[in-house]
Amino acid sequence: MAEKLYLYPLWLRLWHGINAILILCLIITGVSMQYSSPNFNLIRFDIAVSFHNIAGMILTANYLLFLIGNIVTPNGRYYKMTFKGLFDRLKKQFVYYTMGIFKHENPPFPVIKERKFNPLQQFTYVGAMYIMVPIVIITGWAYLYPELLLTKIMGGGGLKVNDFIHVIIGFFLSFFMFVHVYFCTIGATFVSNFKSMINGFHEPH
Amino acid sequence: MSAFKLDDKTRKEFKNAESNENCLKCHGQSKYSYDNPESGQVVFRRMYSEAIVNRDLFYESNHRQFKCTDCHAEDYDTFPHPGRLRMETPYACNDCHGDDPAYEKFKFMQIEEEFLASMHSTKHSEDFTCWMCHNPHTYKISARTEEKIKDIVAYDNAICLNCHGDINEYQLLTTKVNPNIIKKHDWLPNQALHFTSIRCIECHARTSDSLLVSHNIQPKSKAVKRCVECHSTNSILMASLYKFSVKENRSKTGFYNGVIMNESYVIGANRNFYLGILSMAMFAIVVAGIIIHASLRILKRKK
Repeated sequence: MAEKLYLYPLWLRLWHGINAILILCLIITGVSMQYSSPNFNLIRFDIAVSFHNIAGMILTANYLLFLIGNIVTPNGRYYKMTFKGLFDRLKKQFVYYTMGIFKHENPPFPVIKERKFNPLQQFTYVGAMYIMVPIVIITGWAYLYPELLLTKIMGGGGLKVNDFIHVIIGFFLSFFMFVHVYFCTIGATFVSNFKSMINGFHEPH
Repeated sequence: MSAFKLDDKTRKEFKNAESNENCLKCHGQSKYSYDNPESGQVVFRRMYSEAIVNRDLFYESNHRQFKCTDCHAEDYDTFPHPGRLRMETPYACNDCHGDDPAYEKFKFMQIEEEFLASMHSTKHSEDFTCWMCHNPHTYKISARTEEKIKDIVAYDNAICLNCHGDINEYQLLTTKVNPNIIKKHDWLPNQALHFTSIRCIECHARTSDSLLVSHNIQPKSKAVKRCVECHSTNSILMASLYKFSVKENRSKTGFYNGVIMNESYVIGANRNFYLGILSMAMFAIVVAGIIIHASLRILKRKK
């Protein structure tokens, strides 16, 4: 068995833990608001709104921590995507996940010190962290100042466009989170990837 | 919104415009003049503000086809007007609309019942008439005709604020101090946005299934204060503010197309039906995937 790799420094684990709690809180309160009804609420509407707002604000601060961390530590390099040959690499990883893994083949892009993410992971993490999260944060803050959004956009109100973007991206992010958790179970053991997020060490297959 | 260009030429298209002009040449402005036979001079006088009728608003109103003397005494044709006319009792809505089958769809009798049960009527009895809110010279139905929710809201809220935002009007009926509307609604998040997007009656009137606009204004203790009453899939706004457009446009899927296409924005109430189904399906697939995967791994470990 290969050596354990220390891939997740303390600041990253803290950020990740806080992020996980906040995202869960945002999903639960967000779903509760979206499907609210006077007769039944998952969470009372005004409480859900307050928690959603507060969690969104903390998430913004936490996201800045993530950005700064990626600038000042070597962690940022894992997110630098090379576009040349990207499709082939994505395909290779996809084929591994759908077939190779069941035939106990070796992963095409094993985790090493220089490469924490496989191409599929890198692609989705960059999409989630550098595109979707900023959009959800910006549209979320825009909600807090609705009077700034009362412009007409394509025949509708600015609030509605903001609403659709926020809810749709929020939906994709929640979907990402479920898939993310699911894929974490494909570690050396069922729980090894969860352990990594506590002790910082990656446990290879 | 204005369907008419209210220049002199267009006004003449209304059938009584010419004869009404005899009245409006004085009552249509803030001052009037007459030849005083005693002094032989032309005298200018200010028009009593309550007696001014705004031509533009009158010719946009629902009563625009009427002759002034359809509702007021014929004796008003003479000037100076006989003094006893000051005591003239104005018509109430149902004097004309009550039994007229042409207006049956507006349910005036039911409106009267609701109004008589309302705070306005029970607190002030016969002092409070329809005219307190609906000026017969300017009133127009807005909920059925305006395309923009914001215009309906602005028009209808102006009716309430006419008294609740004007101490002089308010104290015609009561000696109480007019409450400061802004302060009273301090608790409301995004107050300005609520005031311009929602009609006062959404929270202060009992929703009525059979009427487009409820007239049963409730005491403040019964006003809607729970956010979720509006911000939900079963929003009360669907039964009031958006009632007409929803009724006209609702599709069989339950996707609130009529609402989605207008200017409304209410969390929950305007969720997308198809997106909801898609998200539920994706959620179910992911959860099933996790359960299957976990079970397989546990089974495999046991072997």
